[in-house]
Amino acid sequence: MYVAVKGGERAIDNAHAWLAEERRGDLGVAELSVAQIRAQLSLAVNRVMAEGSLYDPDLAALAIKQARGDLIEAIFLIRAYRTTLPRLGASCPVNTAEMAVIRRISATFKDLPGGQVLGPTFDYTHRLLDFKLAAEGEAAQAATAPAAMEAVPHVMAMLDRDGMIEAEPLGNDVPADLTREPMELPGSRALRLQAITRGDEGFILSMAYSTQRGYGRTHAFVGELRIGAVAVEMEIPELGFAVEIGEIELTECETVNQFKGSKTEPPQFTRGYGLVFGQTERKAIAMSLVDRSLRWAELGEDYTGAPAQDEEFVLMHADNVQATGFLEHIKLPHYVDFQSELELVRRLRAEVFATQEAAE
Amino acid sequence: MNDALLGGFVDAAVQSSHAFRAALTVLSQPGEIRELHGAVPPAPLSVAAGVLLLTLCDGTTPLHLAGAYDCASVRDWITFHCGAPLVSVEAAVFALGDWVALQPLGQFAIGLPDYPDRAVTLIVEMPALEAKGAVLRGPGIADAAYLSLPEVAAFQANRALFPLGFDCFFTCGAKVAALPRSTHVEAV
Amino acid sequence: MSDQAYNFAYLDEQTKRMIRRAILKGVAVPGYQVPFASREMPMPYGWGTGGVQVTAACLTPDDTLKVIDQGADDTTNAVSIRKFFQRTAGVAVTEATADATLIQTRHRIPEAALTTGQILVYQVPIPEPLRFLEPRETETRKMHELEEYGLIHVKLYEDIARHGTIATSYAYPVKVEGRYVMDPSPIPKFDNPKLSNSPALQLFGAGREQRIYALPPFTHVVSLDFDDHPFEPSKAPHDCDLCGAGESYLDEVITDDQGGRMFVCSDTDFCRTRCEAGHLGALGVPVLKGGA
Repeated sequence: MYVAVKGGERAIDNAHAWLAEERRGDLGVAELSVAQIRAQLSLAVNRVMAEGSLYDPDLAALAIKQARGDLIEAIFLIRAYRTTLPRLGASCPVNTAEMAVIRRISATFKDLPGGQVLGPTFDYTHRLLDFKLAAEGEAAQAATAPAAMEAVPHVMAMLDRDGMIEAEPLGNDVPADLTREPMELPGSRALRLQAITRGDEGFILSMAYSTQRGYGRTHAFVGELRIGAVAVEMEIPELGFAVEIGEIELTECETVNQFKGSKTEPPQFTRGYGLVFGQTERKAIAMSLVDRSLRWAELGEDYTGAPAQDEEFVLMHADNVQATGFLEHIKLPHYVDFQSELELVRRLRAEVFATQEAAE
Repeated sequence: MNDALLGGFVDAAVQSSHAFRAALTVLSQPGEIRELHGAVPPAPLSVAAGVLLLTLCDGTTPLHLAGAYDCASVRDWITFHCGAPLVSVEAAVFALGDWVALQPLGQFAIGLPDYPDRAVTLIVEMPALEAKGAVLRGPGIADAAYLSLPEVAAFQANRALFPLGFDCFFTCGAKVAALPRSTHVEAV
Repeated sequence: MSDQAYNFAYLDEQTKRMIRRAILKGVAVPGYQVPFASREMPMPYGWGTGGVQVTAACLTPDDTLKVIDQGADDTTNAVSIRKFFQRTAGVAVTEATADATLIQTRHRIPEAALTTGQILVYQVPIPEPLRFLEPRETETRKMHELEEYGLIHVKLYEDIARHGTIATSYAYPVKVEGRYVMDPSPIPKFDNPKLSNSPALQLFGAGREQRIYALPPFTHVVSLDFDDHPFEPSKAPHDCDLCGAGESYLDEVITDDQGGRMFVCSDTDFCRTRCEAGHLGALGVPVLKGGA
């Protein structure tokens, strides 16, 4: 006797309870605190903030804990929370030239005002598992030096002064916001940058890598990569001036790319730009390559059909919350559509067999 | 002086939900008439027009006030309760006025061939609103419906633009009816 | 009881206004996909976020909500969405199609005829009927503008050339009021005739793709076909084994690993109502009305 499947609600409740138990794991092991995640898994926290489009390290750490370390799930939690927040206003553009840098490198000049600051990087670590960390993670105190008071001007500003790089004039346009308006293509550069900075790190990385290997090649030099804290200011209409409302950590990457020039313009370098929440330099570099690649039309370059040149392809597929939702939705029941296909294929097969029999 | 601060929704989430359902019903069934309640807007605004503004307009929807409706009390009330920027005809996403003051209609946005949704919604204040008069046929109507439209020719011309065109709500006291651009209109 | 921590029906009022304006424009231009600024919802994209946003924008506290997935009220995602609105809007819920004022559905139109005043909200994964022929939004938008629908006819005709019949069995494209070609969401083509001239208002929400579209009541909807290959709604050539219905859409259930199978109504409310009325299929057992 067949009884229709029932009990969806109880199954869901039980699944949630089991999930909570699995999240906690072995009760004999101390529970992970949000503060520990924030302090010791800070690069994961940064990624969740960047792709979640919300600068809040404590909430990002909480999301990582709740998501059992699944960063896309954590990003999703942050995004869903973010949409419920009231919009109180917009900050002024941050001034990255006044960043308090903890890391600043240029691949284009050996030395420059502000100097090369290696900072806390994996770059020259030998990737050897450090078994000491398995025992205890206490690190020796790093050497310190007094903070340099010297300004750290942008490398691009120095190139700009000589007219060696395309000018990027200041604008007063209010940039589009894809979280508040439906995306309309072709989009402005500001819209593209927003989509890329909150796009999936893996996707943006692969897009950037593909341009390096020759799919829409635009050879990029890292003119400058800087990481550090910048002040966030907001205009208060009642006061008539901007006040500092906080500080955020950012990674900014500006690339210098080749450009042949034209009849009207002398040869000049062109720019790619990346700006991402937190210490997230892989993403920022990748972003600047993809940005530059998407600018082919504006710079009069050829469209070679490369994926990273295709604005619609990049922008419509960069968001991992959208992508994972649609990908995973195929787990949901599709009995009805499958049944309609099943019937169709049965009917087509029956017709084929009938024709064959008739022919014999 | 403080009248502008009064007359809004007391329970916006619930009141706007009822108002929207009424607006949705009349637009999807041209000729139907419903009542809207919950706002006490300043004269000459009708209750229905006031409720529609509170339900559909905000800082993202430029609004044009025509004729007698472009007065200080209405402007202040809308600015306080909706925050809709008040604009000239061409920039309007919504426009409010009586039929004569809204003329000529040709200045309003009728949408773009690739984005026909980017068209104005007119809120037309009426001296009377009844389910009789012009004959309406088309989507939303089983056979024929009737509505006391201010005229016929303008709506026939609008239908000829389909899928472009403007869409109308008609308000009178608490009553609301609507005519989307998809409706075919004939004189009786 | 609704959860006081959230606004009525979860969404903030500004978001609802934005969605409501899009719904109204969709109603004004039947079959045209209105872009809207879809929000991230607390359930994944692809799991009904478009339908949920449309439902949230339409619900009033007086509504009686029914949620179905594959025609059934008790599939897990239907249960989850129903629970979401019970929690955030405190609305009454029902499994009876006739008692519902608003029905959110995925992949089916209920068997029972809908009535004036009811709203049917469809969850839509890919709202663009031309998407699988032309992946670019910039191109398909142009095709809708110019009514260039030749490509979709070519696709259907290629089916006929290869298989002798149109090989699209669900999400079968329709033309609305002679103007826009529309994707009816992945309903089986068996359901397509119910799209046309329905007394109910039909609203379609695609969250990830940021589109809302609508069919007002009594809108003329035609499934695309050819004179020599007319559209045929189809279903499994069986009666329901539980209630004996001959004209309902059926789920196939595998009963053993020896090829055993049975067919039951996909619309669980329709099937139960028939069983309670005394109808009996080949494998059904008599049900006491009002019983479990």
